[in-house]
Amino acid sequence: MPSQKARQQITKMPETIQAAQEQKRRQKVYEQLVAEKKPKPPYVRNFLAAFVTGGTICLLGQGVLSFFVRRGMDNVAATAPTLTVMILLGIVLTAFGVYDELAEFAGAGAAVPITGFANTIAASAIDFKHEGWVLGMGAKMFIIAGPVIVYGVLSGVFAAFVKLITKL
Amino acid sequence: MAYLIAFLIGGTICGLGQLILDLTTLSPGHVLVMFTVLGALAGGFGIYQPFLKFAGAGALVPVTGFGASIAKGSLLEAQRIGFIGLFTGAFEFTGQGLAVAVFFSAIAAIFFNPRS
Amino acid sequence: MASKKIGKATIKFTNPPVIAGTGTIVGPMEGRGPLADDFDVALPDMTCGEKTAERSERKLLEQAAQIALERSSVDKSMVDYYIAGDLLNQIISASFSARQLAIPFLGVYGACSTCAMGTALGGMILDGGFANYVLVACSSHYQAAERQFRYPIELNIKHKTTSQYTVTGAGALVLASSGEGPRVTWATTGKVIDLGVKDQCNLGAAMAPAAADTFLRHVADTGHAPDTYDLILTGDLGSLGSELFKALVKDAGCNLQGNYNDCGLMIFDTKTQRVGAGGSGCACSAVVTFGHVLKQMERGKLKKVLLIATGALLSPLSFQQGESIPGVGHAIVIER
Repeated sequence: MPSQKARQQITKMPETIQAAQEQKRRQKVYEQLVAEKKPKPPYVRNFLAAFVTGGTICLLGQGVLSFFVRRGMDNVAATAPTLTVMILLGIVLTAFGVYDELAEFAGAGAAVPITGFANTIAASAIDFKHEGWVLGMGAKMFIIAGPVIVYGVLSGVFAAFVKLITKL
Repeated sequence: MAYLIAFLIGGTICGLGQLILDLTTLSPGHVLVMFTVLGALAGGFGIYQPFLKFAGAGALVPVTGFGASIAKGSLLEAQRIGFIGLFTGAFEFTGQGLAVAVFFSAIAAIFFNPRS
Repeated sequence: MASKKIGKATIKFTNPPVIAGTGTIVGPMEGRGPLADDFDVALPDMTCGEKTAERSERKLLEQAAQIALERSSVDKSMVDYYIAGDLLNQIISASFSARQLAIPFLGVYGACSTCAMGTALGGMILDGGFANYVLVACSSHYQAAERQFRYPIELNIKHKTTSQYTVTGAGALVLASSGEGPRVTWATTGKVIDLGVKDQCNLGAAMAPAAADTFLRHVADTGHAPDTYDLILTGDLGSLGSELFKALVKDAGCNLQGNYNDCGLMIFDTKTQRVGAGGSGCACSAVVTFGHVLKQMERGKLKKVLLIATGALLSPLSFQQGESIPGVGHAIVIER
């Protein structure tokens, strides 16, 4: 003979399940409503803005690369100083508050080039300095660039390892 | 010609990034990581080098190039000195850029405040 | 017996608190918006002469409180309670400003719904006979909120069409148990509603169901038809959120006409100012209501206004752990 309490629970149970199902149903309906009302981003305009800005940054990069090649470096040796110059450019533009304005226009066109990567480091450094030079700027400088380095190293070393053992 | 190719290829990579941002709810951080990982995998398997040769800065400047440089450093060192090179070589080509970024970001932090 | 309780969650003040004076202060972006003339102070820059964004926010709040006290000609020693809130962790702007004001302090957190929540609580204290004067205030700051909830200021972020711009500013209000002026007559306390929206760039959609729920309950409890109000205001739903709010309310059989607006849409010109879907933040509904709406009442343009201030109750932690965003909406009625 189940206790009074247990019997009450039997009759209670479907109610809570129903309530949960009702909540799920509402969420689904609302999700559809939101999707229906949500304004579409201007895909073409955004793509073009990113394309032109990103392309221009790469064009600049090509100029820097050619400069180092003309100075007598080979193509591989010239990559490191080219990246350095681009990173410096990103930091300078960030310091003068230009880069986030550029990104507001260009989106990924400003974020994806290495200048954008430098911006994530400089912006975090500038922004978190008020929380202290050690625990603020020092600790949080890589708050966005950190994951890029972590997953870059993980996947890069992994890919190189696979390539190495398949060659051996 | 090299300039035009750099513009077109670099622009296309950035445009693709923007499409991903617009079509999904991924944050820019996620897209950066995604592109770096793609570049690193392509670099490690040796697909990125021909691409780099063709597109120049158009392949080097986007973060895909950063990922590829990590993988390339790892691979070249490993081929030279064995497995330990996988790790010693990881920052072979990117270390300089990272050091520059850290150094000059710190300097920027000393002299500048956030605006707008 | 709860004699002042009407219906499920509405209070009808028997001795409605009087709004004795208000103080509003805004940043440069809001100062360029369409409501600029109705704010007491519009600052030329966001920093307020302070070193950090958090300190500037605190200063804004202190100054708004000061202006409200001056306007109402109430000395701060006469004020019995200071009810305040803001968006920052552990509501530091509110508590630190209370340190300066030295008035017995009740800190509240309702995200962007704080201004209506504080006013309703202040009204209850006054109507209950526990105080003669209550000071209600809240603040938000674009940079401080960005830093806490999103990204570093200078980061390369392109804001999405649905994301909202946090209003820099503070609004304060002195409520008195007696006197002349507009009165807070009704208050409906909101329930926390979560319909599973997870997009941090779309807080309007997360808050709209809560606003609709509070609105419908207010209508059911009071029996007021929506057209008895000169203006029905939602807090900071933005363009998408207010569309959703109207749709949800319509589904419930209540068609909102021209007397509906949203504070987030009023404070900025969303076409020319780069603010995404509109304004947000504690200060948004506070400065629009305490500044613009009350001034309109003075001018005789409005008589009876319903404000449903809405808040998205997320934290950066809950968002990163993949939780959906609960919303809340608190309603107050101001009558002249």
